[in-house]
Amino acid sequence: MLSAIWVAFLVLALVCGAATGRLDAVTTAVGTGAGEAITLIVSITGLMCFWSGVMELIQASGLAEKLSHILMPLLRPLFGKASADREAMEAVSANVAANLLGLSNAATPLGLRAADRLYTLEGRRGAPDTVLTLITLNTASIQLIPSTVAAIRAACGAASPFDIMLPVWGASIFSVAVVLISGRLMRPWFREGK
Amino acid sequence: MQAALIPLLLAATGLYGLYKQVDVFPVFLRGAQKGLQTAVQILPTLVGMLTVVYMLRASGAIDLAADWLAPVLRLFGIPQDCAALALLKPISGGGGLALGSELIRRCGPDSYTGRVAAVMLGASETSFYTISIYGGHLGLNRMRYAIPAALCADLAAFAASAALVRWYFPDI
Repeated sequence: MLSAIWVAFLVLALVCGAATGRLDAVTTAVGTGAGEAITLIVSITGLMCFWSGVMELIQASGLAEKLSHILMPLLRPLFGKASADREAMEAVSANVAANLLGLSNAATPLGLRAADRLYTLEGRRGAPDTVLTLITLNTASIQLIPSTVAAIRAACGAASPFDIMLPVWGASIFSVAVVLISGRLMRPWFREGK
Repeated sequence: MQAALIPLLLAATGLYGLYKQVDVFPVFLRGAQKGLQTAVQILPTLVGMLTVVYMLRASGAIDLAADWLAPVLRLFGIPQDCAALALLKPISGGGGLALGSELIRRCGPDSYTGRVAAVMLGASETSFYTISIYGGHLGLNRMRYAIPAALCADLAAFAASAALVRWYFPDI
């Protein structure tokens, strides 16, 4: 899908540029954009590495596991009878904890393990609600330290790169609430029908 | 209070690591190495996406899309400049990052639009990508309400981003 979108963008730039008579600028933009990508990555890599190091420490010192234990009782009500399964709930909590800490390298394998276990509990048929709850929860996850965004802001000369943290938390919490509630409300229209 | 948050978190994490007898600095280095790998991994995506974003911007296509979407966005209070970001972010993480950083640079990181773009980036995930990873892994042939619910959540995150930036930074 990404290939089609990328080519569509290239075509759009050509057509739009021709229509507005700005093909010169479009051609110049090829060099500018590619160069900017390097400038951007160089300027954000420092902060990205630093936070990745801090998060590794949070994981190694057992804080991530602790967070996962705190989260488990909060997550149980979302998973119906699957919440009685220890293995499933441990994987789900670990996935959510990794997402909260921005450990994207760890979060996906944990999430897939949780999804596997939930799917097995439901007999590996259809698209069970518990599995969909986990998937949709991952499409709207909360990040405690928005380090990449802060790094971009710092690179652009923000006075206080992390000052957007509270709005980020607020918007993420709202979106998690919306994904859970809308998923629940949509169930009657998308029956399971095994 | 907010100024103390990050330094406090860093000091506390370090002290807790020592208390738990973790070899703090080597562990930090291992994580920083992973961060470097991530940066190297996203570089080609960023080159591909940022170049296209700059081309689209120069061709006038992004402004055109923003003009078309303006009435819908006004309904949710999302600034017009963030229109393309709202469309691209659920599909491509690299594309979202490219477009978002271009917006933050062009409008200024402390401007209203720049802040909304930053909060939008921080508060949303690449929904289609996430759903396809999980669906592909389990071999699900139907995703039922996963996509509509995820898109509702993205829209909610974007509208909340704009509203919260207006509320939290009343001076801009």
